[in-house]
Amino acid sequence: MAILLLADHDGSHLSDQTAKTLTAATKIGGDVHVLVAGAGAKAAADQAAKLSGVAKVLVAEDTSLANNLAEPLAALIVSLAGSYDTILAAATSVGKNVLPRVAALLDVVQVSEITEVVSSDTFKRPIYAGNAIQTVQTSEAKKVITVRTASFASASEGGSASVETIAAVANPGLSTFVADALSSSDRPELTSAKIIISGGRALGSAEKFKEVILPVADKLGAAVGASRAAVDAGYAPNDWQVGQTGKVVAPDLYIACGISGAIQHLAGMKDSKVIVAINKDEEAPIFQVADYGLVADLFEALPEMERAS
Amino acid sequence: MKILVTVKRVVDYNVKIRVKADGSGVELANVKMSMNPFDEISVEEALRLKEAGKADEVVVVSVGPAKAEETLRTALAMGADRAILVETEDQVEPLAVAKIVKGVAEVEQPGLIIVGKQAIDDDSNQTGQMLSALLGWAQGTFASKVEIGDGKAPESTARVTREVDGGLQTIDIKLPAVVTTDLRLNEPRYASLPNIMKAKKKPLDKKSPADFGVDTTARLKVLKTEEPEGRKAGIKVKSVAELVEKLKVEAGVL
Repeated sequence: MAILLLADHDGSHLSDQTAKTLTAATKIGGDVHVLVAGAGAKAAADQAAKLSGVAKVLVAEDTSLANNLAEPLAALIVSLAGSYDTILAAATSVGKNVLPRVAALLDVVQVSEITEVVSSDTFKRPIYAGNAIQTVQTSEAKKVITVRTASFASASEGGSASVETIAAVANPGLSTFVADALSSSDRPELTSAKIIISGGRALGSAEKFKEVILPVADKLGAAVGASRAAVDAGYAPNDWQVGQTGKVVAPDLYIACGISGAIQHLAGMKDSKVIVAINKDEEAPIFQVADYGLVADLFEALPEMERAS
Repeated sequence: MKILVTVKRVVDYNVKIRVKADGSGVELANVKMSMNPFDEISVEEALRLKEAGKADEVVVVSVGPAKAEETLRTALAMGADRAILVETEDQVEPLAVAKIVKGVAEVEQPGLIIVGKQAIDDDSNQTGQMLSALLGWAQGTFASKVEIGDGKAPESTARVTREVDGGLQTIDIKLPAVVTTDLRLNEPRYASLPNIMKAKKKPLDKKSPADFGVDTTARLKVLKTEEPEGRKAGIKVKSVAELVEKLKVEAGVL
């Protein structure tokens, strides 16, 4: 039996999340078919076909699939499920929204946010904000799994899979799209950035956050993150949040500025290759996970870093 | 319209959990337990909708051990009208919880069910979506704003602003529907002492999973639970110049 992998894309671009999920799929084993669904999905489908390890790409184009609404997308996946014994998606806001719906419609349990494939039916996943790791085995007729992409490398290019157009299914008509308010930025995306600089509550205001963090980010070509405290205080938008309930990231370099290091924040970044902490409080727990710690006033250290790097 | 809200009793978010030495799970004996933080937000949202005249009754339901009654009493003290405890000592998986709550919804006929987006113990983020699927309803997940138009449920719709990876997405969902709550939806209230006293007298029904014909036997086998690989603290640098030098030369990441 084969694996159905739901692609993550914005219509024109396939996100790196798909290539990372593909690595998990390859470890599970079996022919991998990538489903690219959207109003215009052909470009993303062609990109998926080039990924090494993809046996076939399925494209479903329909206006009902334009905005990743859960009900039509789940109905589409369920209509295909008969040919697959494993259904995978990256644990993005799309995957997390739609896959449990698919699992329930198939009457199977879901394994959420796997970080390791132990064998084709056994997986590791974090619980309690990553403070414990569970190894779980599923004997369900169909395995429905979301993948924490920070734990997997991207599959390489070099494939040339066939692209097959499939029909969308009837829209259940339960929800309608109203608007997107997506942050546009020239900076790299958090979940695929090589360098991330994050700010915490110590920044003190949205203005200071911008004034101090952003120039360094631009100098380093880094994505910008924030702690939950900074987001809750309104210093940074919610889609910058790194942590248990925000994004989980694993860049080559993570620079935590004025972040104390609450458990729930560490859950989102502790798999980074190199962690730097800049904090005035030398007792801050963030220093316990940092490879390089600098006890300093970030309002002085960051401008200096911008000049020095 | 009636609003049904799910609440779960979990280890308090301030507790640093310990993994049992034999790998059989997480130590839960003598650990402080509280309402899942996302469920507090769910209860608060239901109460605000009621206070705004969009709903006339708020019913809270929990699937869990006898002690989950405390969690339900907390929700009653916040202002919910009545509670249902579906009592079981099993660790119930999200799919079975969704099946039980579906059974409750068939009896209660709510116009809206509000579910926390995830519980901070198993971090599954599944129950609301599964419940919505089983009921054949719309889902508005990861909500940071919920607006109910004319309040004429079930014909009306709810406008839900959702926290998605790139920012925010706004959708209209047909009622009845399931909404799952994200952190920035609201700031939950504290229960006052008089309300805590009053909550003791509010109605609380006890049911069992069998009342809804649901088998709560776990379908996922947990082979072991272990501590994550720790990260060791590195070194302290004295200056920005030294830091940049180390990142360039030693770590090679700049």
